[in-house]
Amino acid sequence: MTRNDPTAAIHMQIMWNRLIAVVEEQAQTLIHTAFSTAVREAGDLSAGVFDPAGRMIAQAVTGTPGHVNSMALSVGHFLRKYPAETMKPGDVYLTNDPWLSTGHLYDFTVVTPAFKKGRLVALFASTAHVVDIGGIGFGADGRSVFEEGLCIPIMPLAEAGTLNKHLFSIVESNVREPTQVKGDLHSLAACNETGCRRLVEMMDEFALETLAEIAQFVIGNSREAMMLEIGKLPKGTWHHAMTVDGFEEPIEIRAALTISDDGIHVDYDGTSAHSGYGINVPFCYTDAYTAFGVRCIVGPAILNNAGSLAPVTVSAPEGSILHAPRPSAVTARHAVGQMLPDVMFGCLHRAMGGGTPAEGAASLWGMPLFGGPGIAPGTQHRKDISRFTVMGIMAGGTGARPRQDGMSATAFPSRVRCIPIEITETISPVVVWRKELRADSGGAGRQRGGLGQTIEIGLTEDAPFIMSAGTMDRVLFPARGRDGGKPGAAGSFGLSSGSLFKGKQKHTVPAGERLLLELPGGGGYGDPQQREPSRVADDVRLGLVSPDVARQDYGVALDATGAVDETATEVLRGNG
Amino acid sequence: MSTQAGDVRVGVDIGGTFTDIAVQIGNRFVTTKVLTTPRAPEQAVMQGIAAALAEAGVSPGDVDLVIHGTTLATNALIERKGARTAMIGTEGHRDTLELGYEDRFSEYDVFIEKPAPLIPRDLRFTVPERMSARGEVLRPLDEAAVAALAPELERHQVQSLAIGLLHAYVNPDHERRVRDILAKRLPGVSISLSSEVCAEVREYDRFSTTACNAYVQPLMAGYLDRLSHQLRGTGLACPLYLMLSGGGLATLETAMRFPIRLVESGPAGGAILAAGIAAESNLPRVLSFDMGGTTAKICLIDDFRPQASRSFEIGRIYRFLKGSGLPVRIPVIEMVEIGAGGGSIASVDALKRLKVGPESAGAEPGPASYGRGGIAPTVTDADLVLGRIDSRRFAGGSFSLDVEAAKSALEREVGERLGLAAIHSAYGVSEMVDENMANAARVHAIERGKTLGDRTLIAFGGAAPLHAARLAEKLGMDRIVIPTSAGVGSAVGFLRAPVAYEVVRSRFFRLAHFEAATINAMLREMQDEARAIVATGAPGAAIDEHRHVEMRYVGQGHEIAVDLPLRDLTADDAPFLRGLFETRYAGIFGRAVPGVEVEILAWSITMSASVGGTAVDPPMPADSHPPATDRRRLFDGLLGEYKEVAVHWRETLAPGSRIAGPAIIAEAQTATVVSAAFDARIDRFGNIVLERNS
Repeated sequence: MTRNDPTAAIHMQIMWNRLIAVVEEQAQTLIHTAFSTAVREAGDLSAGVFDPAGRMIAQAVTGTPGHVNSMALSVGHFLRKYPAETMKPGDVYLTNDPWLSTGHLYDFTVVTPAFKKGRLVALFASTAHVVDIGGIGFGADGRSVFEEGLCIPIMPLAEAGTLNKHLFSIVESNVREPTQVKGDLHSLAACNETGCRRLVEMMDEFALETLAEIAQFVIGNSREAMMLEIGKLPKGTWHHAMTVDGFEEPIEIRAALTISDDGIHVDYDGTSAHSGYGINVPFCYTDAYTAFGVRCIVGPAILNNAGSLAPVTVSAPEGSILHAPRPSAVTARHAVGQMLPDVMFGCLHRAMGGGTPAEGAASLWGMPLFGGPGIAPGTQHRKDISRFTVMGIMAGGTGARPRQDGMSATAFPSRVRCIPIEITETISPVVVWRKELRADSGGAGRQRGGLGQTIEIGLTEDAPFIMSAGTMDRVLFPARGRDGGKPGAAGSFGLSSGSLFKGKQKHTVPAGERLLLELPGGGGYGDPQQREPSRVADDVRLGLVSPDVARQDYGVALDATGAVDETATEVLRGNG
Repeated sequence: MSTQAGDVRVGVDIGGTFTDIAVQIGNRFVTTKVLTTPRAPEQAVMQGIAAALAEAGVSPGDVDLVIHGTTLATNALIERKGARTAMIGTEGHRDTLELGYEDRFSEYDVFIEKPAPLIPRDLRFTVPERMSARGEVLRPLDEAAVAALAPELERHQVQSLAIGLLHAYVNPDHERRVRDILAKRLPGVSISLSSEVCAEVREYDRFSTTACNAYVQPLMAGYLDRLSHQLRGTGLACPLYLMLSGGGLATLETAMRFPIRLVESGPAGGAILAAGIAAESNLPRVLSFDMGGTTAKICLIDDFRPQASRSFEIGRIYRFLKGSGLPVRIPVIEMVEIGAGGGSIASVDALKRLKVGPESAGAEPGPASYGRGGIAPTVTDADLVLGRIDSRRFAGGSFSLDVEAAKSALEREVGERLGLAAIHSAYGVSEMVDENMANAARVHAIERGKTLGDRTLIAFGGAAPLHAARLAEKLGMDRIVIPTSAGVGSAVGFLRAPVAYEVVRSRFFRLAHFEAATINAMLREMQDEARAIVATGAPGAAIDEHRHVEMRYVGQGHEIAVDLPLRDLTADDAPFLRGLFETRYAGIFGRAVPGVEVEILAWSITMSASVGGTAVDPPMPADSHPPATDRRRLFDGLLGEYKEVAVHWRETLAPGSRIAGPAIIAEAQTATVVSAAFDARIDRFGNIVLERNS
């Protein structure tokens, strides 16, 4: 390639596109070889390429905003411990330290240096959520990270091509599903290897000796583009607060978002102190979901890299739940962390004078179910029951938007997929008796909030089972509406026979009983009395809104055929 | 390919704009394009066939076979113009079609709309019943409740019914019973069962497929019925076969029962064409590349068989964005389709990034150079400015292209914003569209665990020969084949397709608990089902069988297809199956994973019978070096300037002709760019073959 070529800028863009294709290949390799359900079904992974200084140049688009900044920053920690000049071809490094990678022990980050003609030209990093990490198992019940499982400091997974056998035997002795976890470590290393190979091919094709020029182009352009978007916003500081259920007591999240000529800064001063249970958020994860929330509104089309991430900075007081100190328990950090985009929408709504969605169910309900001999109380001698662990991944409703209803039973800010009922039932004695939209759970508004869902679960066997409620939030404090919209329905969980469970700990469903989950709905947007009566009639006809709520919240009366009773509606709405 | 002398076969491809007809008489082809008549598609078909037969001098009674593919079902689904359809599900599961996977198909866009369910909630009913994952009845079917639905369905004027009950793929008894009860009470209503349309695990995919089938069934059955009557009415008494999305042919009756299997039959014809050429020329590893006006389709073909898949998405709301459409699980030829065609529009965004596609100028208003009101620069405009297209001979010389209009559009929309001259803008647009296609091919290959560099590129469709050389350079491929009559590739491809049918059943087993007897019984049932369909379509023909299983390590989520031998399995076969799996796994992902159990999810049997004549084998031609017909200035990206190159007219080139690159080989509908990295020759079948020069 000739440098003075007038088409050099086009070539830069083509190489940029190619780098994105390289990290997409890296991510696809991980998805196709991974064992962990979270990775392969739900897309809980990330993959990216970094320059030798540790600046992220490109990242694959995957299911997890939670890895956005956290993996990007993680590579810096690796380089501080193992400087680039000490790395050799065939070296691979890893860690699952929640404070140095992506917020809990279940996520492993693996970093692999790429060499061209013996010279380190880039680093590939990937992160995946593994199926088990030992300790007390998935949930919020831990009192410290020590109870939550095995923590591997940053160390070599392979040195000059030789696998670290000692590390593998330590993992083998500490986790419940050793073959699967070891398989995932292999997958992580393999996907980085794919990335390295493709990168070197690309550098050969474009006759590049280093990535310095393309890295500068990508990072510089992205930063400039992001600053351009920020420049369109008014300058100043805007505040927003949200209360969420927490574990032992409600948690107050307070944010101050400042827009200046230097970028956007978010500070969480005034936020509640960290919890005694596993819902604490290491700062890296706070940073990730905060940046994600801002980026959904400001510059959503700009690709993720060190340049586009730099203009958004975050701070949180040490010791707060959003900057939890070691050795806090952190397994269910997403129960709190996934609320942050809604907090950002609250700040930006004020800053921009509107335009952002109402609050939604936000935190995904990730519910492990356990059963089998000795798992639930009184079953240690039962030989007739099956041992199982399955993960239910369930979404409530999203918040209504300025011109659109919220989305029912849809994950946000996470975008992981649920697991088919028929798959869950094939690998366990679980029976999902009901999984349907939950009428009247969407917050009323000119635009209606998305609906939650009702789920009823039992077993084919006459045995008790355990559920862990670690990530089930919006039970005490529902999603709030915006600009006159009403809140979505709060969530609840308990037994079909009537009693409700309280709190984020583990609960036992007795033999013969069924677990009943009511997932929270999203908040409404705008005054419900302004919703077009015909749309309210449609919602009633489809069974999404009951006639009572149509009358009370929306001021819409329907006749016997389900059509809008214009006169009665005028009266209800006070226009008659 | 060619057939025995006297054999007359007609291929018919109905597309959104044109209906293509290809008549094959022995070795001779006559092709016609007529405008599609959407309200009564059979009209265009009859008109086109009449015209083509007249041109060929063949009477209807002499036609031996008509093979038909169509996107009518796809269009009905995309435009939501199907029958009024209701769904009957398991009590407690009314919303499966609406819940889907509970995900969003865009990471950052909080303003997306998800596709509306094909069957709205007030037409989704449930009945008390429940099967377990093992097919045991957990709750008996409430037959009175089923019967009570009949008046309700009548009140809603339902024309078609989809029945989808949980775990019906293991035990279809309840679904069948529901059908029997309602069929009696609702004569004239079409009924589709999930256990027949798609007997596979994963309720959302299965029900979505069943709903789509039910939705298009009355429309497709009506159309096919009218067509077959009219064909017979005009003396075409020969059999009519339908092209399936999986690349095989089926009888009219099968097509009327499972019209969803027809959805991607048009593009499948193109892949069949490429697979046929691969077989003729003995090219075991091929990438087919079909680039038209709006999109490019890329398909991997190994050992002369196009890559198969069992999932597909219809009607993506956000074009080309995975997850924004309706999933269907049917046998399809696996293709990646991207918004890159001759009409793709180039623009520069606020961040000064050059973008090409997916928006297309289409035929109206068309590229700027068409002079039909289009002002946006397109890939065709760039190709014209770069000297690849002859402005006077475009589309067979039916109208000439305006080079100046193309230049000024490129200058205005690209050059001024990036500080480039028109020619460099054109080069940038071309490079970007080629890079987009190359990246799509790369990611597609890795998703399928395949490599690209060692493949031959087979390029057809109006825009493909213009871009094939550069695409091959980017993908590190050394050989390109441009077939003859590529302009109506799908209709010609239909004529090469076998009568084939695939039956897939989900039956989950860990290898450790492998039950040979159960599996053998099931395989025999599947064999009978597939053979019956194929034997009706190709009476007396030899039937080939192919079996594969979908396997994975316990704990993984993605299965890989492993070929099975054609014999009964025994209890001792578990280690044998494991060996087959691990060899295949290591072939795709580099190495097997030690010590992990293996499981089987689904079983597949495909039966196929050839209906074509015997292929002829033309002799190897002698080399010749024909003189250029013309010379033209072609932009050279490496030199950064125009260079004068030889132009050859394709129809003047005899087999054996050799042409050194850079050069252009022009023909009525397109032109092949032979870049400096390649030399061209005409092979014994008349294909243009580009090979990388040393």
